[in-house]
Amino acid sequence: MSDPFHEGPAAAKARKMRSVMIAVALVAFVVIVFVVTIVKIAANIGHGAG
Amino acid sequence: MTEVSLSYAVADPPATTAPALWWDYLALLKPRVMSLVVFTGLTGLVCADTPMNPILAAVAVLCIAVGAGASGALNMAYDQDIDAIMRRTRGRPVAAGRIGRGDAAAFGFVLAGFSVMLMGLAVNYLAAALLLFTIVFYALVYTVWLKRSTPQNIVIGGASGALPPVIGWAAATGHTPLNAWLLFAIIFLWTPPHFWALALNSGGDYEKAGVPMMPVVKGAKFTRLQILLYTLVLAPVAVLPAFTGLGGVAYFAVSVAGGAGFLFLAARLWRSQAGEAALPGPDGLYSVKPGAKQGRDLFAYSILYLSALFAALLIEHSVKAFS
Repeated sequence: MSDPFHEGPAAAKARKMRSVMIAVALVAFVVIVFVVTIVKIAANIGHGAG
Repeated sequence: MTEVSLSYAVADPPATTAPALWWDYLALLKPRVMSLVVFTGLTGLVCADTPMNPILAAVAVLCIAVGAGASGALNMAYDQDIDAIMRRTRGRPVAAGRIGRGDAAAFGFVLAGFSVMLMGLAVNYLAAALLLFTIVFYALVYTVWLKRSTPQNIVIGGASGALPPVIGWAAATGHTPLNAWLLFAIIFLWTPPHFWALALNSGGDYEKAGVPMMPVVKGAKFTRLQILLYTLVLAPVAVLPAFTGLGGVAYFAVSVAGGAGFLFLAARLWRSQAGEAALPGPDGLYSVKPGAKQGRDLFAYSILYLSALFAALLIEHSVKAFS
């Protein structure tokens, strides 16, 4: 396992897992914003058509 | 003469021994508190009886949850010194030294910013403003100011814990009618007896940490009386939704029976010696904490009581929505 900060295997593994969870959270945020945008646009189109 | 220090400033930040794991950051969000916040926020949203896109409703509840979690992270960042002293809180990630105060604070600020921004853009600005107010009130007014300065800390600070149903209602409708504030009043009045029932048996810890909780400053007897008085106000107020159109027959039954049980346990606690100095046991080898059971019983019952009230409302309004 890469250990660029010479922090030991346990700390390196913990840091990697934290990085993975940050990535998951950011992807989830992007997906939420995308879905919310689609929902809002669809609602506005619906209002416009009505 | 032995000098006993009550200062909380003596606890130095502990040296980090173990690396922070990702679930330590999850623990910063106080998941148990968050679950109650999500439940009451969702109830407020459903009680508004206003059709809402389910995706936007889910986003609103997520924002309330993350906002509450951000408050918890900011609280733990600031309270590292006193958390490290108290038995109940010394295992928290910041108090135990697994996460630095700066990291916890940064995590809290980022989550607070994202949750309020998303609430504003996806739902509405009133809900976002109420969420921001809740976070600031808990992190700044309660944590930084009230908690260390007055025995009324959890009474006034309880407002932040009482706001989620109002935020949920605002998310669904864009306004906050009287019924939403009635839900606020129930949680607001519920908080002191709930928290003081726990504090009665942890008075020593609060004293060591220099936190002026009611049992430490005013004594156990006064606290038990306050618990009874708040319960005497809470029980009838909790029945009110049945007369304002918010609650139905099921809610009425739950609130009356639940309130009677709460009053019984509060009266039993008032008559007990809960919070008084420990007595030597029958064989003189150990100490018996008087009234500890009565305090624990009321604390546990209070959680059940609030959950039952909000569950009754949630079920009644969900049935109405689907029928």
